[in-house]
Amino acid sequence: MQQFTQLVKILSNSTKTNEKLEALRQYFATAAERDKPWVLALFSGRRPRRTVNSAQLKSWCIQAAGLPEWLFEECYHTVGDLAETIALLLPETPARLSSHPLHYWLEKLMALEKATEAEKQQFIQAAWQELDTGERFVFNKLITGGFRIGVSQQMMVNALAQAYGIPPATLSHMISGNWDPRHTSLETLLHENHGSADISKPYPFYLAYALEGEPATLGPPGDWAAEWKWDGIRGQLVKREGQLFVWSRGEELITEKFPEYAPLRDALPDGTVIDGEILTWANDFPLPFQALQTRIGRKNVTRKQLQEAPVVFLSYDLLEWQGRDIRDTPLEQRRQLLEQLVEQAQNPALRLSPLVTFDNWEQLAQLRQQSREKGSEGLMLKKRSSAYQVGRKRGDWWKWKIDPFTIDAVMIYAQKGHGRRADLYTDYTFAVRDGEQLVPFTKAYSGLTDKEISEVDAWVKRNSLEKFGPVRTVKPGLVFEIAFEGIAASKRHKSGVALRFPRMHRWRRDKTAQEINTLADLQQLLQQYKG
Amino acid sequence: MPVLQFTDKGIYCAAGDFYIDPWQPVQRAVVTHAHSDHARWGHRHYLCQQDSVPLLQLRLGADISVQGIPFGEAVYYNGVRISLHPAGHMVGSAQVRVQQGSEIWVVSGDYKVENDGLSGQFEPLPCQVFITECTFGLPIYNWQPQGIIFSSIREWIQENQRAGKHSILLAYSLGKAQRLLYNLADAVPRFYVHGAINAAHQVLLANGHPLPPVHYITPDTPKADLKDGLIIAPPSAAGTAWMRRFLPYALGVCSGWMQVRGHMRRRNADAGFALSDHADWPGLLQAVKATGAEQVYTTHGFSSAFARYLQENGIAAEEVRTAFGQEEEEV
Repeated sequence: MQQFTQLVKILSNSTKTNEKLEALRQYFATAAERDKPWVLALFSGRRPRRTVNSAQLKSWCIQAAGLPEWLFEECYHTVGDLAETIALLLPETPARLSSHPLHYWLEKLMALEKATEAEKQQFIQAAWQELDTGERFVFNKLITGGFRIGVSQQMMVNALAQAYGIPPATLSHMISGNWDPRHTSLETLLHENHGSADISKPYPFYLAYALEGEPATLGPPGDWAAEWKWDGIRGQLVKREGQLFVWSRGEELITEKFPEYAPLRDALPDGTVIDGEILTWANDFPLPFQALQTRIGRKNVTRKQLQEAPVVFLSYDLLEWQGRDIRDTPLEQRRQLLEQLVEQAQNPALRLSPLVTFDNWEQLAQLRQQSREKGSEGLMLKKRSSAYQVGRKRGDWWKWKIDPFTIDAVMIYAQKGHGRRADLYTDYTFAVRDGEQLVPFTKAYSGLTDKEISEVDAWVKRNSLEKFGPVRTVKPGLVFEIAFEGIAASKRHKSGVALRFPRMHRWRRDKTAQEINTLADLQQLLQQYKG
Repeated sequence: MPVLQFTDKGIYCAAGDFYIDPWQPVQRAVVTHAHSDHARWGHRHYLCQQDSVPLLQLRLGADISVQGIPFGEAVYYNGVRISLHPAGHMVGSAQVRVQQGSEIWVVSGDYKVENDGLSGQFEPLPCQVFITECTFGLPIYNWQPQGIIFSSIREWIQENQRAGKHSILLAYSLGKAQRLLYNLADAVPRFYVHGAINAAHQVLLANGHPLPPVHYITPDTPKADLKDGLIIAPPSAAGTAWMRRFLPYALGVCSGWMQVRGHMRRRNADAGFALSDHADWPGLLQAVKATGAEQVYTTHGFSSAFARYLQENGIAAEEVRTAFGQEEEEV
């Protein structure tokens, strides 16, 4: 556990990619064999299921530290991280007693699944007594999950690639898919032949950067293919050995959530992997993202949901054909094969993402203006000769999104942030005007510079009404331009609308709360673009 | 009439007609220590502990009217007895004990209960009313003894040397910087300091405080000389062009705020050392209890949380708003 705690410390403190990479490389080169697959799992979103929840941890900490609950809450809002708050509040232990390795703790935690509450409490409190403050923090993180400490999956892949002398793209594929860190060693994972052990394995996704300049900088338009950019869940359909698997971009296996895709098992030949977008779709038109949200996070899909939010797979690309990895074949040829395949499948749940044809960049720029009417967020530009690469890369693929919607709104609540933003008011709620009333309609967390954040933070501290608890009601004084990508009707929100990707576009220091937009303005946008 | 009252100019003693650490210009100011949120410009007359006098003159001008007294010695204003007692916060920092008849009030100023070797040992003063700071008034703030923190700073410096990097510590220029110099004198052959630290340092040296010599960094300081030295700079130097000359370097921040990872990550530092000149949670509780006060007023920091905790533990406590804590808190 000490070695892993040290690793976490370096990774979360360091601001330099090279230092982090080196710490990871060294870890994988020297750590205990049984710990390694766990670290890989933790940093690639394969954390085991929680057996103890946050409320339990909190109440056991309060008990062990002998503090009133309100004081625990105050501390939590200041620290902005539950695992860290608990590690700081627990009474100090006299001496280090434990030298158990990481996998010991993780396996013990998993084994608690069927334990009673009292057994869980006893185990957790005993563990706290055995560990020092740094280890307690890591131990708590193992439970609460989300090791957000500035390690991307790509960084870990690169470190492993260095430690084992395997090209990153190959390695990335090796560690994808379904495996259990309890029973899989890193050696097995890295030495098996592609796909032989795990037929569900998807390919790493190729992601695009946003185009910053004009497309004319990309060269002759004839070299490029364009298609609409859809706002769903990026996914891969994998059909091998008579079985169908659906993966999301977050490398989550979500086959069961979308029964619409089940017939594709028979419709697609073995040895097929298609990249595309999971989208709710009705009458030849995508439904707003909120419709898809009703389908995510549910184990059992109801008949009503299947009718109201039917899902299709909009195909972009073909990665495996007749059991062969064809990612290096030029896009143009992959697209031809994809078109044949979709044609042959003859299934309403499998569609092609249509190409947008254009002769010159001006024409494409005009077509892009129709994005919203098409229910899309803009265009994707892909070089016809491009290979399907690994991860986010510049050069061959670009996203060219339309300008966002904007609304001027006033801040009415502020809340402290988490992690790097702990103890700073960084999460804000905004309102528009409705006559004399202010109606909250969205929260936003991003878009301000560090300097602006500290200015807003100081302002909130001077202009807030309450002293305790996480949320401060503030004087409606600060006006921001809120940008967002989409708008949909919502019964759950007082304003009647829900926004897609809201963020602070600009601080309108030149405007007062009297000059902000109104609820009627939002409703008009909703009518215009409700899809 | 209470012995002390909270006014919009500062903490005021009507019977003695003086203020303690006032933030608006007044006739007579009793000043706890030389930090700028406590020792402000523009008062007609200053009273402070004698070691604070040269620091006040440095910061506010040599021409101020100031009287310095030793710890424990009494001064009377209109029959009100005033004495100053060690607060342990920095050189010359004092608590102010005010006695009118049999009633005793104590204003803590900024303080820490651990003896750092340079600032004196905090003295618990029995009183009826205690006005305490609580910059770090939450139980997450629980300092390690400074011996342990300084060992990890020493290790960090050695590690940087092995990696061929300069070590830069960011520390508040008056107080924290001297605490580092004093406690690391045996581990570091040469100290290099930023101009902001040098000015106060020269004044303290001239007044006989036991500090090691320092080198003031100028554009002509040869880079080769820095190799086995330690560079100390104020937090405001972070991210400025001034720092670039030290590349490659590792940056460490010395501040109580470093107790929380989020604060540390915001600073883009390579290391954070939770070394504070303020009392931690156990220190605050210990200090409050030792006074035996019936009434406690909490000022800057987590004052509402600390007051509520004291109330729930049977001590009458109330939060008061002051203008303190604006200078160092961000450090």
